[in-house]
Amino acid sequence: MSVDPRSVAGKTLSVAGHAQLLVIGAGPAGLAAAIEGAQRGLSVVLVDENPVPFETMGESVPLHFGGRVGGVARNRNAMMEAMLESAPDLATAFELGVDVRLGTACWGLYANGANLGWMPGPLAGLADEESGTYLVSFERAIVATGRRDMGLAFPGWEAPGVMGATAAVQLATRYGALAGTRAVVLGTTAEALLAALALRAQGIAVAAVIEQAPAPVGPDDLVAELRAAGVAIRCGEVVRAVETDLDGVRGVTTSAGVLACDLVVLGIGAVPMVDLLDAAGCVLAFDAARGGYAPVLDEAARTSVAVVQAVGDCAGIWPAKSGNVAIAEMEARYAAAVAASALGEAGEAPSAAPPPGEATYDIDAYRKDWVRASVIEAAGEPYVCQCEEVTAREILDVRPPRYLDWQGADNRPRSLASLLGEGPPHPDQIKRLTRAGMGPCQGRRCREQIQALLALQAAVPLDAVPLAGYRAPVRPLPLKAAAPQSEDAAFGEQWDSWFGMPRQWVPFWDVEEEYTVAGLAVEKPHASE
Amino acid sequence: MPANDLTQPEGARGASVIVVGGGVTGLSAAWWLARAGVDVVVIEKGIVGWEASGRNGGGCSHHHSPLFAEEQRLWPLMDELLGHPTEFQPNRVRIALNEKQLALYSRAVVNARHQGFRIDEIDARQVRELVPLAGDNVFAGHYYHFGGHANPHRTVQAYAWALQALGGRVMQHTAVTGFATEGGRVVAVDTDQGRFGCDHLVLAAGPQSGRLAGLLGVDIPLKVARAEMIVTEALPLMPLGGVDGNGLYGRQTLRGNLAYGGGPHEWVETEELPGGPRPATPLMLNIAKRVAELLPLAGHARIIRSWAGLIENTPDGRPVIDRPEGWDNLTVATLSGVGFGLSPASGRAIQQLVTDGACSFADLSSLRLGRFARLEPDWAALQGWQAAAMAS
Repeated sequence: MSVDPRSVAGKTLSVAGHAQLLVIGAGPAGLAAAIEGAQRGLSVVLVDENPVPFETMGESVPLHFGGRVGGVARNRNAMMEAMLESAPDLATAFELGVDVRLGTACWGLYANGANLGWMPGPLAGLADEESGTYLVSFERAIVATGRRDMGLAFPGWEAPGVMGATAAVQLATRYGALAGTRAVVLGTTAEALLAALALRAQGIAVAAVIEQAPAPVGPDDLVAELRAAGVAIRCGEVVRAVETDLDGVRGVTTSAGVLACDLVVLGIGAVPMVDLLDAAGCVLAFDAARGGYAPVLDEAARTSVAVVQAVGDCAGIWPAKSGNVAIAEMEARYAAAVAASALGEAGEAPSAAPPPGEATYDIDAYRKDWVRASVIEAAGEPYVCQCEEVTAREILDVRPPRYLDWQGADNRPRSLASLLGEGPPHPDQIKRLTRAGMGPCQGRRCREQIQALLALQAAVPLDAVPLAGYRAPVRPLPLKAAAPQSEDAAFGEQWDSWFGMPRQWVPFWDVEEEYTVAGLAVEKPHASE
Repeated sequence: MPANDLTQPEGARGASVIVVGGGVTGLSAAWWLARAGVDVVVIEKGIVGWEASGRNGGGCSHHHSPLFAEEQRLWPLMDELLGHPTEFQPNRVRIALNEKQLALYSRAVVNARHQGFRIDEIDARQVRELVPLAGDNVFAGHYYHFGGHANPHRTVQAYAWALQALGGRVMQHTAVTGFATEGGRVVAVDTDQGRFGCDHLVLAAGPQSGRLAGLLGVDIPLKVARAEMIVTEALPLMPLGGVDGNGLYGRQTLRGNLAYGGGPHEWVETEELPGGPRPATPLMLNIAKRVAELLPLAGHARIIRSWAGLIENTPDGRPVIDRPEGWDNLTVATLSGVGFGLSPASGRAIQQLVTDGACSFADLSSLRLGRFARLEPDWAALQGWQAAAMAS
């Protein structure tokens, strides 16, 4: 049988290593999974992108660091030491023979499936500062990438000092590298209240917790604990403006007055970090009880891509889990046992972790209300997408980006309705036309806001708005560093810009009347295209 | 009439012409038909331009095609004709990094000059003057005084909006399930949203064209392949965004991103239920290598997305735009994987086939379906166009 020489057939990807079990993320869940896997006899590679390079953090990747990364983060050794100290289980994993790779980002997971059968098996794309970019093969992957925070626009939210709760807590508690002393926390979710408490424990004053809703939505005990500590929880307020100086935020103006602070911590919605899972093709669904879009898991914690499992916050966030790390660790041990069993390592199955109960507050209404009060009713038009500088109005009117300076003859307003047809609003369509979400932060700060904006305009629930898709690389990769360190010569020998078909680019005046494969025996010159 | 109006009674939902396929070819054809005063409906299984029409490199320089001259005439007019920005930018520099590439790219010079278009042969220094991100590795290049590139997403939506402005309709999220025929005529299209009557049917359904034409007993030999692209963060604009070569197609967008594709494709099976995944692969790294070679001064630029698309291909890779024998009111069109740039002209050609029975501005004889009359039945296997067995 012939082989199309310009196709992937016969071309081999360079793979630098193999793991029976690949664990992505070395937080409590990832560590528990790696340790459990090693104890069950698997060869385990555990990667974590932390400590993330200072420059990357400066661009609010992977978390919304908001320009408040302290200078200590430039010292990579100090950051590495701080990370090791903050997680004693890393040493345990080392001792068990886990191949622990810190400062190593996983930017892509790939498995053969529908419309893809080329690869030698499941592959993961990794990158670190020393080794560059490379691929490893794996048999099972457990994704434990954690969480990030929903962004929220208000005038001035691009100023240094406005940041996500997860980023603030990570900088403060893991690295001692949060450049700020006095925080205003937005939101009263369990995760916001826990962040306020964690920041206080690190000596950072909490000037107030601001809540647009009439009452806090988080657990009563956390509310009481904060109030007992003298932290004001001010309901029915939103940030109207920030005051800044050369260093960024120095105060916020709410509907009730001015508060001095150098940090504005966004805690209105902790969301599962599903970027890698979505890019890998795992089916996700909006689940209010899990904090937003989360992977659809079977009873064995497997995603729709059978070799990929998900545990910890990236598999779902709810108040009880946020308050008790043991739940994520149970999920992880259970998933590792499932993986080990699938790979032929018998052993006693640990008990499954408790699932989330019903959502404890109406996430749909809560997120929409925040976006309405803060973004839509803002004085002025803050950029919802900071990277591409797109406002809420521009998103909802589906306006071409301003750099086109479009003065068309057809000035009729184009609304979402003219795109929707019979389907739900799709943020990817809005993204392509307005560029909202297309910048270097890969939509991490605007995704959930755009979801809420589209849902508000179309008067549908949040779960009717599809997730704006993530694509590999889920961490930005420089072109030169991404180039394979060794490439099968077959790529170069057969690399054409297009399909390399013998007759495709023959000029039309030189084409035979009939086409047969046999006729290809007569060679014709052709141009590539 | 409002677009996408499902409230009309069943019998009124048809149109004089139904176009199946809301990609760039179907939308352009529908827009040209509406301009000609024809009542037209586009039926699309998902969202307009969601497949290859929105995933390509945006090139507009198809010097081998009978539609080339019209493509070149129309692109500079499209923003004004459509009333929405396409981001069309004229001209192109193609860079060869070695003698072999230069020889390959030189056929374009012959083709373009044959049709009266200008291409300059430029040396490495001239390439670097035109392309600030190019490096010392340039061998030579060509400057096309024609062609160029546009933004696929914006262009597809512009066709749809312009069509709606003329009273045409687009039915999204509507899947075709079959056709009703009477004698040699297609009288209605059956969908999961009910039946739509028609006086003429245009099939422009990309990878689904073969399967759907098969329902009418028309054999359009097609095989589907997956191809990949990458895009970087935005960089300062070069004087000319239409820069490619080194085995890549693509451009610098008006926003400044470098968007490029190329390299080996993977043959896949045609989906019976369209809408499956369009997975990209680590081929991204091999593409990145070649972009960094093409534009070494952009080597630091970071890739922020990669993606794949599915493309249908005829056995010779050339389009089919034809009215198949045996049907009085059927027009079929596949651009064989290279449809975006040609869309202004292909849509107009399809419109004329529908309304006039012949194309007035181009010789479409090389795009006839009949050229495959004596094609070997096992042509796909003979050409090696077969999906690999899945390794896992």
